[in-house]
Amino acid sequence: MAANNYKHALFCAIVTLIISFPILGLNLEAEGVKITVTGAETSTHIAILLAAVVVFVFQAFRDSFMGALGKLPKLNPLVNKKPMEQSKRVKLESWIMTGLVVLALFWPFFVSRGSVDLATLVLIYIMLALGLNVVVGLAGLLDLGYVAFYAVGAYTFALLSEYLGASFWVALPAGALLAALFGLVLGFPVLRLRGDYLAIVTLGFGEIIRILLNNWTNLTGGPNGIGGIPDPTLFGMEFGRRVKEEGNTSFHETFGIAYSGEHKVIFLYLIALVLAVITALVIRRFMRMPVGRAWEALREDEIAARSLGLSRTAVKLSAFTIGAFFAGFAGTVFASKQGFISPESFVFLESAIILAIVVLGGMGSQLGVILAAIAVTILPELAREFSEYRMLIFGAAMVLMMVWRPQGMLPMRRIHIKLKKQE
Amino acid sequence: MQDLLYFSQQLINGLTIGSAYALIAIGYTMVYGIIGMINFAHGEIYMIGAYTALIAITGLTALGAAWLPLILIVALVCAMIVSSSMGWAVERVAYRPVRGRHRLIPLISAIGMSIFLQNYVHLAQGSRNIGFPDLIEGGFQFGSDDAFQMSLSYMQITIFITTLICMTALSLFISRSRTGRACRAVSQDLGMASLLGIDTNRIISATFIIGAALAAVAGLLLGMYYGSIDPLFGFIAGLKAFTAAVLGGIGSIPGAMLGGLILGVSESMTSGYLSGEYKDVVSFGLLILILLFKPTGLLGKPEVEKI
Repeated sequence: MAANNYKHALFCAIVTLIISFPILGLNLEAEGVKITVTGAETSTHIAILLAAVVVFVFQAFRDSFMGALGKLPKLNPLVNKKPMEQSKRVKLESWIMTGLVVLALFWPFFVSRGSVDLATLVLIYIMLALGLNVVVGLAGLLDLGYVAFYAVGAYTFALLSEYLGASFWVALPAGALLAALFGLVLGFPVLRLRGDYLAIVTLGFGEIIRILLNNWTNLTGGPNGIGGIPDPTLFGMEFGRRVKEEGNTSFHETFGIAYSGEHKVIFLYLIALVLAVITALVIRRFMRMPVGRAWEALREDEIAARSLGLSRTAVKLSAFTIGAFFAGFAGTVFASKQGFISPESFVFLESAIILAIVVLGGMGSQLGVILAAIAVTILPELAREFSEYRMLIFGAAMVLMMVWRPQGMLPMRRIHIKLKKQE
Repeated sequence: MQDLLYFSQQLINGLTIGSAYALIAIGYTMVYGIIGMINFAHGEIYMIGAYTALIAITGLTALGAAWLPLILIVALVCAMIVSSSMGWAVERVAYRPVRGRHRLIPLISAIGMSIFLQNYVHLAQGSRNIGFPDLIEGGFQFGSDDAFQMSLSYMQITIFITTLICMTALSLFISRSRTGRACRAVSQDLGMASLLGIDTNRIISATFIIGAALAAVAGLLLGMYYGSIDPLFGFIAGLKAFTAAVLGGIGSIPGAMLGGLILGVSESMTSGYLSGEYKDVVSFGLLILILLFKPTGLLGKPEVEKI
């Protein structure tokens, strides 16, 4: 047994060397057409060796390690605690949510413009993640092309304003409805497919939308994108220094205050906040409605749900459409925030990030998803020197989450009622 | 005559790309056939194979090796070893612990692995694309000098021959060897095979290793054919190869070969007669249509849903 263990450990260590040395330890450098290979710095080589040694030691003494780990006193005192009573937990959760919203309402008036801008982005991701949460978390349909609906929302606003001069408030429902329509039209044929096929088809669909946006140069401007997307107005009041459109007044003149660029940023932030809250509340309602229960029933056991008379297509389609609708919402806000959009913003990686937020937060759990969206967007900003490792860590976190805690940080718990036993 | 030459040129280009797609597609199809999951990170394994091959070629040239076949063979062997180890490690780290759980969990784990590997190479080797030296130059020309000339390059011939060798070797391995027989048994019924004394974990590892080795071959060939590689080039190729696997019927090895060829030809026809920008649209559209109307693919067996 012991000899076998060492053999296996040695094998693992050699594999570690093989997979890390050529890629990490030797760098390709191109000078014009000539390519040269140079060795990496000594520290990298030492790190690779160290990694191999660690793998060897871990694999060789794996059993004793695992045994020791199991015997350790539980450091986390919460582990042994009984789960909180259900009514208490629900109350606590809604208190946390309310607290977050109130905090978010007053917070922008005290911080810099840059952080408000970042917070708007966080809110956009929250909307996206909440929308995808309906599709992936509640209905159990893995959608890898979610970013397509986001693109539809953003491009609807951009095109409407470019060709018809539409304002934000016209484009917001139009973008969301068009995205929902796309969801409906795409969903109708593909929802018959099984889980992993569905994932690939939606991925293909997302790529097709992006390629079309990239190549339909007459309409979308191709890779150059569309600029000059207007800012939202408040009852016809504009936030610029000068009024751009006739008939509008400017915000700072109406209220007789000095012009400040911050007004616009904060206003957009507040719009995003209101929309995010609406998204959360609407989806919360849906979860309690029959259709929300049907989503979960179908996710848990399709055959049982169908045998109880649920229409598979109708239920899945509703989840898909609602998810797409909120992506359209987020897309419109995004277009307005950036003032410029191009297909670059709607690549597969974006879909993967939104999916990672949902997975890390806990599929189906709203609070978890919101907290994960905040963490995933803000952490890379805080640790700028690690920003290039962001996606590496994302990928690793997705794998580790699936291996150790597939239900996410804050797993969803269904509100349920237990029948009392008859005495 | 002109039209015919143009058509045959597109056909040759399509078959070249298609046979390389088929090599990658085998990795998808074998893994799906045995454990029923989409190995999303397979495209990245192919990309790593291409990088290793380029590193080996450059290193050997710098060391003074001049005999071309030697350089290519050593590069191929290096790429296959590194890719196979990667395939083995990926299965061990990211897939084995989640095997048998809900369908979406291994898939999400695979997507995470794919993002991880992409960024691993990106961080280590930079995000710029690097030119692959044109080692096999020249070719045959058909047609008159003043009009359209059809060309069949030595590189394309190399791709055909290498693919043919790999496919034959794989077919022999699957049909004749002991491990190959075990592979077939495991893909028919994993539980039963393990009851009959087959070490299923070993067979699953072997599947990943074989798939990764073939992907590395494709990485070297396509890297040379396209002339440049970058850390993202595995993603689209992986999707294409997956399309090929589905087209031919996922789980079936001859299906993957057929699917790869059909996909390659339809792609090159699109870029030859319509526009090169829409070739990806055509292949993804093809994928969607097949999944909608014939999810079992051309050579796949219909799957009965058990209750």
